[in-house]
Amino acid sequence: MITVNIDGKDIQVAEETTIVKAAESAGIWIPTMCYSELFEPYGICRLCSVEIIRGKRTRIVTACNYPLRENGLKIRTNSPVIQEIRKVLIELMLSRWPNVPVVKNMAASLGVIEPKFVSLERDEAEDACILCGMCVNICRDVVKANILGFANRGIKREVVLPYEKMNSECIVCGACAYVCPTGHIKIKSLDYERGAVADWYLGPKTAINIPTLQAVPRVPKIDEESCIKTQTGGCGICSTYCEPEAINYEDKDEEVEIEVGQILLATGFQLIDLKQMPQYGYGRLDNVYSSLEFEHMLNSTGPTGGLVKCKDGSEPRAVGIIHCIGSRDENYHKYCSRVCCMYALKFAHLVKDRTKAEVYQFYIDMRAFGKGYEEFYKRLLDEGVNMIRGKVAEIAEVHSGSDGKPYLLVKCEDTLIGKFREIALDMVILCPAIEPQFDAADVKKIFSISQSPDKFFLERHPKLDPISTMTDGVFIAGCAQGPKDIPDSVAQASAAAARMLSLISLGEVALDPVKAEVVDEYCSGCRICNNLCPYGAISFVDDKKISNINEMLCKGCGTCVAACPASAITGKGFTDMQILSEIEGLLSI
Amino acid sequence: MKPKLALYWASSCGGCEIAVVDIEEKILDVADFFDIVFWPCVMDFKYKDVEAMPDGDITICLFNGAIRTSENEYLAKLLRAKSKVLVAFGSCAQEGCIPGLANFYDKNSIFEFVYKNSPSVDEQSKGIYPVPITHMPEGEIEIPEFWNTVKTLDQVVEVDYYIPGCPPQSFQILNAVGAVIDILKNGKPLPPKGTVLGAGDKTCCDECPRERKEKKIKRFYRPQEIIPDPNECLLDQGIMCVGPATRSGCDALCVKANIGCRGCYGAPPNVTDQGAKMVAALSSVIDAQTPEEARKIMETLADPLGTFYRFSMASSILKRVQPKTRPDSSGK
Repeated sequence: MITVNIDGKDIQVAEETTIVKAAESAGIWIPTMCYSELFEPYGICRLCSVEIIRGKRTRIVTACNYPLRENGLKIRTNSPVIQEIRKVLIELMLSRWPNVPVVKNMAASLGVIEPKFVSLERDEAEDACILCGMCVNICRDVVKANILGFANRGIKREVVLPYEKMNSECIVCGACAYVCPTGHIKIKSLDYERGAVADWYLGPKTAINIPTLQAVPRVPKIDEESCIKTQTGGCGICSTYCEPEAINYEDKDEEVEIEVGQILLATGFQLIDLKQMPQYGYGRLDNVYSSLEFEHMLNSTGPTGGLVKCKDGSEPRAVGIIHCIGSRDENYHKYCSRVCCMYALKFAHLVKDRTKAEVYQFYIDMRAFGKGYEEFYKRLLDEGVNMIRGKVAEIAEVHSGSDGKPYLLVKCEDTLIGKFREIALDMVILCPAIEPQFDAADVKKIFSISQSPDKFFLERHPKLDPISTMTDGVFIAGCAQGPKDIPDSVAQASAAAARMLSLISLGEVALDPVKAEVVDEYCSGCRICNNLCPYGAISFVDDKKISNINEMLCKGCGTCVAACPASAITGKGFTDMQILSEIEGLLSI
Repeated sequence: MKPKLALYWASSCGGCEIAVVDIEEKILDVADFFDIVFWPCVMDFKYKDVEAMPDGDITICLFNGAIRTSENEYLAKLLRAKSKVLVAFGSCAQEGCIPGLANFYDKNSIFEFVYKNSPSVDEQSKGIYPVPITHMPEGEIEIPEFWNTVKTLDQVVEVDYYIPGCPPQSFQILNAVGAVIDILKNGKPLPPKGTVLGAGDKTCCDECPRERKEKKIKRFYRPQEIIPDPNECLLDQGIMCVGPATRSGCDALCVKANIGCRGCYGAPPNVTDQGAKMVAALSSVIDAQTPEEARKIMETLADPLGTFYRFSMASSILKRVQPKTRPDSSGK
């Protein structure tokens, strides 16, 4: 620690502290224009000039990059000489960039209103580049991408990209725009896509974020693809700001092997890809949303703050909600997705509640079974929602409206009045089918379970045992087993958890003694049996070049016994010889 | 006194006899050790010489060929009586082999084709069927009677040992004969009755050098339709190979020549019906989602019955089929 004297105050600071920081700790303001704690001080604006006094000699230095190394140094930050220097500096800047707010404000705080110089390069823009170099410095020191740099000299000096062209080395982190004090650098999205509402919830907004409001645990995570630290090794700003030092860049995704006795598969569902049904215009027409996007819009923390708005910001005059997109449809999924009718009614209720729009429901059959659901449906009818029973054929964008605003024309059949109808709407919400996860077949293989014809995981018994699978210790719950709503999912998951607990409390599992076994002396490793076992009990022993049966997994079904061309697999207690002897014994009576 | 050796050739192609000679100069050791008392293929012997022998006079008899005619059956019974040890030598004697494929038909339909409908029968002799006894001015001429069904040796007489193969591999014959000489010289006990000599206890796959994967067959290829990968399992490539259901012992002769195993070494130990076992195995690895798809895949396999039962028809559980008529010469 050393002691210095700033403006008459004795201050104790650590060695190598800069004057700016020392002054800041003493509550003394030194004006800066190009200074940031994030990178190495650059000292280009010179506004932080201060006087240092060593005995009888005084010297003018820049406070931002002058490290304190000796005891008893005297510093004057606001002497008349310094004031004059700062005034001249800011007048020079103001004469060149008269309309830039940071320059104007700084000038005002230094008591300068009008510049007394006339600049040859006067720039009237409010967001002019003031050549502070902060963008160059952050790109070099923090991001470590080294994209930005200065070109030319004197009044021709400017910040440029290499060859003044967009460069693939730029990782589009936006740090330069973030530090730019005038707003001269702007981030522009090049891939603007019509109807890109999906971006509202897809992909992180920042490299470090909390994935969803419902995330458990609700802590931020780093998105490796957009984090500067993982891309260039630079930045690391978040760790300097995180007081509990909770940020750990070394923490990578890892595969952890955990030995467990039972597994509950609750891998959920995905929504059908609406773009495969071009007649509904999803992704092509503005204001055609999927139910999940609309739910996001309704969320009070969503992009519109919970207001129902068209893409141009106006309130829709009429909203259509189309049921059964891909469900109960011979071309896609024959089954009913079960949850759509009820959330569609909820949407109708909320649209009615939050806007003055007319609401249309296009449904095939209203399926409002369950506690309180039918009552809700009745209530909606009383609220004046238009119910149209029929399938929508097409949605088209029409530009012939009297106010010139395009609207969506929904062409459908109304089976209750037996007529073909065309209804003009401002917004359409599609209720996509619930379908099994795209990788359900892989998961099925891993856990040796089955899929029903609709590709959801197959339960052991549709009525009596909808929780367990044909593989012991593997249970299923939720939409992985079939479309269902939240109460049903909760009930099924709770039942599965209880079933698992009951096995845990038993402490041991009784296995059936009927097993198949490979007689090593007869197995030649033809591998016919290798992918037959419905329980995944058969594996190939590479070094012995024969197959092996895991007795824990084997259920004694006998599939492999029948298939083994060498009769090297036998059912324990049910060998051919045993069975033939039994028959012989029986016939000899 | 030297031990006595007899070799006989019933209904077969004669390949087994060639295989015996194929042991090359070692045949001299055999001739040196044994007193060869009966080998009609090589030397002049008469049946009456055998008939004159006391029962059990022959130490060991290697009997090849299936039982097709009354003569085959007579010799089988005769040699059984005269031999201490009777060996079913080769696939025909053991399991019927190619002659056994005649069990897809019966005597009448075979005669009808061979002596009447076959395009190679000339007009004069069309429809003249062989009869066991023909009266001629000089006396009676007798030829053996043609049985309705081809039988294996052990379906006619008791058999002590089996040497499989079509034909048995020479090195295996040498092994078996060497073992017999060893037993006789040193007075060792004989192996248990019914033992299969000159073969392994595993399947052809055990000797096959090809790399096998989990099997999934999408279609079958006939040899002319595909150039097989020399290192990959033929069955994995869709080339029919009965190796998985065939006893080892031939040192994977065919598969090493890029040809699927035809199954001549017969069923592996513990397997009763080689063809049925192969069908069960294949049906397990056909990669079909629907019955129609499975049928389509199986349609790409030429001659399933002849493929699965090429060697073992006569010894299979079915033994023979009962066709109404033989297909005409156009093959329809």
